[in-house]
Amino acid sequence: MAESSKELIVRSIFKRNPIALLVLGICSALAVTGQMSTALVMSICVTLVTAFSSLTISIVRYQIPNTVRIGLQIMVIATLVILVDQILQAFFYELSKQLSIFVGLIITNCIIMGRAEGFAMSNPPIPSFIDGIGNGLGYSLILMSVAFIRELFGAGTIFGYTIFTTVSNGGWYVPNGMLVLPASGFFLIAMLIWLIRTYDPEQQESQ
Amino acid sequence: MLSKLNKYFLDIKPHFEEGGKFKSLYPLYEAFDSFLFSTTKSTPAAPHVRDAVDLKRIMITVIIALVPCTLMALWNTGYQANLVLVEIGAMPDGWRGAIMGIIGINPQSLTSNMVHGSLYFFPIYLVVVITGSIWEALFNLIRGHEFSEAFLVTSLLLPLTLPPTIPLWQVAVGTSFGVVFAKEVFGGVGKNFMNPALSSRAFIYFAYPAQMSGDKVWTAVDGYSGATALTALPQADPANPLASLDYSWFQAFIGTIPGSMGETSVLACLLGAALMLVTGVASWRIMLSMLIGAVVTAMAFNLVPDPTNPMYALPVHYHLVLGGFAFGLVFMATDPVSAAQTFSGQWMYGLLIGFLAIFIRVANPAYPEAVMLAILLGNVFAPFFDYLVVRANVRRRLVRNG
Repeated sequence: MAESSKELIVRSIFKRNPIALLVLGICSALAVTGQMSTALVMSICVTLVTAFSSLTISIVRYQIPNTVRIGLQIMVIATLVILVDQILQAFFYELSKQLSIFVGLIITNCIIMGRAEGFAMSNPPIPSFIDGIGNGLGYSLILMSVAFIRELFGAGTIFGYTIFTTVSNGGWYVPNGMLVLPASGFFLIAMLIWLIRTYDPEQQESQ
Repeated sequence: MLSKLNKYFLDIKPHFEEGGKFKSLYPLYEAFDSFLFSTTKSTPAAPHVRDAVDLKRIMITVIIALVPCTLMALWNTGYQANLVLVEIGAMPDGWRGAIMGIIGINPQSLTSNMVHGSLYFFPIYLVVVITGSIWEALFNLIRGHEFSEAFLVTSLLLPLTLPPTIPLWQVAVGTSFGVVFAKEVFGGVGKNFMNPALSSRAFIYFAYPAQMSGDKVWTAVDGYSGATALTALPQADPANPLASLDYSWFQAFIGTIPGSMGETSVLACLLGAALMLVTGVASWRIMLSMLIGAVVTAMAFNLVPDPTNPMYALPVHYHLVLGGFAFGLVFMATDPVSAAQTFSGQWMYGLLIGFLAIFIRVANPAYPEAVMLAILLGNVFAPFFDYLVVRANVRRRLVRNG
């Protein structure tokens, strides 16, 4: 059971990626990956919330009555999310306007609940914190890859900087309108999962 | 000559079989061998079905059924372009202009129309065939599947549903998407739950709407805008939508109107339908139920005219001849792989598509591609309908036999 900190982090990024293997948290992966900047902010927020919620829940795990544990976990997560939302509104107002409802919806991100319930409730605080960081990074990796493809081929830009000049701006690149639609996130995540599971067949589900 | 070739194929066969040095290329060998000669395989164990119909025969029948639509596509694409060119007194640019300069632009001439249409149709067709074959070959070789003729049908269906002016690279991207995502990832031929040709078209439609919709793309003349009936009608006078139509019902039936290359002619689709129904390749239940679904829905809309939306008042017989309705009904909805399999399921499937096609077309005129979307949605629901039918059957037998 006991894994080193490095294992905890690396494992969650590739071996047990929360999106690619567990298929958790894909709602936000579809919604905020239209641009890399929103995806980055979302990644940071989710990573921080996951890490600190796992830490907090792990510290009080012996005090939590089993029958009401989900409600208490939600309270911890909700508090952290509201904190993140307030910080964003105070210091990064423009970004928070772009992310709008999705920051609040971090509460419903399955990854956070999954780590709280599956790891933090039965492990000491420090490993729980590291596990939270690892899963956040795994989530970020997928989010950033999807956002990279969607922004580059959907709008010809990366982080808002023009890479391909689009036809409407006098360039040569005809943007792919499909990638602007959130549904394209499904295809891209599916392709990433395909890629990862081909590289590492152990992750394939048995028939 | 042929017997020598056959002997050559039999000679090199051991190289491709188990233990041979080109074993991984067996699907490629098999494809060429069975394309040229009858198969050398026979069933090793009973029962032996003696029937001339196999996958190959079915696919070839569909291709023959598509011949009228394809000829009409060639002629009409050229005819529409020639009409406009004569009217504005211009010549096409580039290599097409060079060839048409020799043939001459004349909308009355069969040759001129057919040649001009071919100059637009065949580049698109070639791109579809080449891109699709590369993907098919890649997946078949990696997985060791045999090549199938199904792609011949897909590759003919797709160009027929595209506008003549579509850029070729977009065709290549769309074909790749359709073949890989609608077919190969689910296991290849016979396992696709959505029609690959329609998926390709839907992808191009959503990815590059500027080249797939609007009024600039339907006639193969640069910069000319001519709307199709379904893009013009929503702007018509709601009280009398037909007055805005530049062509008669009969023209729409024959197919001498602008639109996607192969789907303007209802007559050509009917000829294809007749062949597929006589040979039993397509399901008459799907065709009939889709027709009934559409007629009932269109009539229902006629009963409650909307003063702001002219599509509500469009008569049923116009709905059936405009856009891709006939083509979708005959060739797309009846695709045996992606349609419902049980007889009752086919009724539900057809009714749903007919209803959705007219519903989307009327209620949301921004989507003139209603038939395509309706059939894709129908494809998604098809396994569910089959499931319901099978469950109902099981329950009935349980009640009967305890």
